[in-house]
Amino acid sequence: MTTALVRDGDRLHGDALRAPLAVGGVDAVALASRAARLAGRSIKRESKSAGLELTVRCIDLTTLEGADTPGKVRALCMRALHPDPDDPGVPPVAAVCVYPSMVPYAVEYLGDSGVHVASVAGAFPSGQSDLAARLDEIRGAVADGAHEIDIVINRGALLSGHLDVVFDEVAAAKEACGDAHLKTILETGELGSYDQVRLASMIAMAAGSDVIKTSTGKLPVSATPPVALCMAEAIRDYEAQTGRAVGLKLAGGIRTSKQALGYLAIVAETLGTGWLTPGMFRFGASTLLNDVVLQMRFRATGRYARPDDLPVD
Amino acid sequence: MTTRTPVAKTYKLFIGGAFPRSESGRTHPVSDRKGRLVAHVAWASRKDLRDAVRAARGAHGAWAARTPYNRAQIVYRVAEVLEGRRAQFEDELGVGGMTPRAARADVDAAVDTAVYWAGFADKHEQLVGGVNPVAGPFLNVSQVIPLGVCGLACPDDGGVAGLVGLIGPALAAGNTAVAIAGGPSALVTSTLGEVLATSDIPGGVVNLLTGDHAALMGWLVDHADVDMVDLSGVAPEARGELVARTAENLTRSACTEGREDLATIQAFCDVRTVWHPARI
Repeated sequence: MTTALVRDGDRLHGDALRAPLAVGGVDAVALASRAARLAGRSIKRESKSAGLELTVRCIDLTTLEGADTPGKVRALCMRALHPDPDDPGVPPVAAVCVYPSMVPYAVEYLGDSGVHVASVAGAFPSGQSDLAARLDEIRGAVADGAHEIDIVINRGALLSGHLDVVFDEVAAAKEACGDAHLKTILETGELGSYDQVRLASMIAMAAGSDVIKTSTGKLPVSATPPVALCMAEAIRDYEAQTGRAVGLKLAGGIRTSKQALGYLAIVAETLGTGWLTPGMFRFGASTLLNDVVLQMRFRATGRYARPDDLPVD
Repeated sequence: MTTRTPVAKTYKLFIGGAFPRSESGRTHPVSDRKGRLVAHVAWASRKDLRDAVRAARGAHGAWAARTPYNRAQIVYRVAEVLEGRRAQFEDELGVGGMTPRAARADVDAAVDTAVYWAGFADKHEQLVGGVNPVAGPFLNVSQVIPLGVCGLACPDDGGVAGLVGLIGPALAAGNTAVAIAGGPSALVTSTLGEVLATSDIPGGVVNLLTGDHAALMGWLVDHADVDMVDLSGVAPEARGELVARTAENLTRSACTEGREDLATIQAFCDVRTVWHPARI
């Protein structure tokens, strides 16, 4: 199933692409400066309230620990359904993200609430195992009821120039997903440059990903404003060339409401407000949710809230 | 002949072991008795207060987990470092209007107060806690536990002793503190941060805000993550309303006025009594 995807100057060519895909380059200094400006933008009271509510609706509430148990997943699902136990007005999150072994429990606890079950699969977080085993893991998670699958790209292949391997593996994963949504993790902390991030974004989108995602959250460096902006620009340029709109998920290291609002500004300014929906944009996070709820409580009561008053899992 | 350009100190806040300017960017001019401008002091906003409470909460677990003996050593170290910088404190108290004699007495009192509370840190539980006599087959034990984050309204005219008089018992009991003082005490409040930063106090255990009690105390007593407030530095006529507001979120309030006695440290801690079945 080799497609011989090759890069020729600025363009990607390959049998699987309908037309050559322009990749383009990244001006790292301009990117960092624009990202800092957008993320630091002052957001006023009403927009901030709307942004906090949107942030909750766009969260993939995540637990990816070796120590996960069905009980912990149950607690997480309860938080996902009722982020603020004292205020039913706070909406549920978008999805709960777990390891494949926890998918049946999450499906049971979330029922038909509308909160999706997302599963990492494909030898997360390294991706370092045999392709057939990775695809089996994806099929298993989908069969257990996962609505969304998060996989990692083959960073080793990308960094050594085997773009066709990266493309084929993502395309195979997309096929294994069936009706489930495929979110492809680039693990930008391992890619080394914004040019590589942009290239990986283009390949992942061309191979059929429904969403591209920054990081596993397992590295010290995860989502940053420049990386978010770089990937958002790649999504915008890919849509301009192909007409297909791909979603964005930012994961890892996003812990405060202030960070989240900054990222929303980056997405809104780069991709437009059409991306500010749970279908097109997600935060992968666990501690972020409680910080947002504390901010919402402050807005509702005028008093600073107590972190210990909120459930943890 | 060249004249040397004077290098004036920037007086900043002390939050989480660091010296930030106020988030609001506001400063307050401080003039000496003759009306000459001496310095601009950072003027804390409610967001600085929020950051300080967050830092104090983050530091509390590790501080409370230290042995009382170790806390005693650290508070004693504050006294040592304070003594070594007395000249600077006396100068700054002079700017605030104190006579040299009063300034010297104030620093003496601050150092002695720190030593007093250092000594109390590992004796308090012996005085208050212990095994209680009960008429039944039980072991009944009372243990002293810290409250958590204490918000301290230090008196604006209390000098260094006014600050240490509230911070000392709060720390000795195992709490972390957010202390607020302004007015003539603004300069020494800011400088006390430099003493604390160099005397083994872990970052976040004490946070010092220079500012206005009227503007900040409402936010402090309303803050659900503050466990106790000491209103000693608040004008008596303003205390009633603040105490009423502490009831809304079950925050304990006190007004210890820096007294050196057992009742003061009792205001900064809880006594937890445990019944345990005893073998007959």
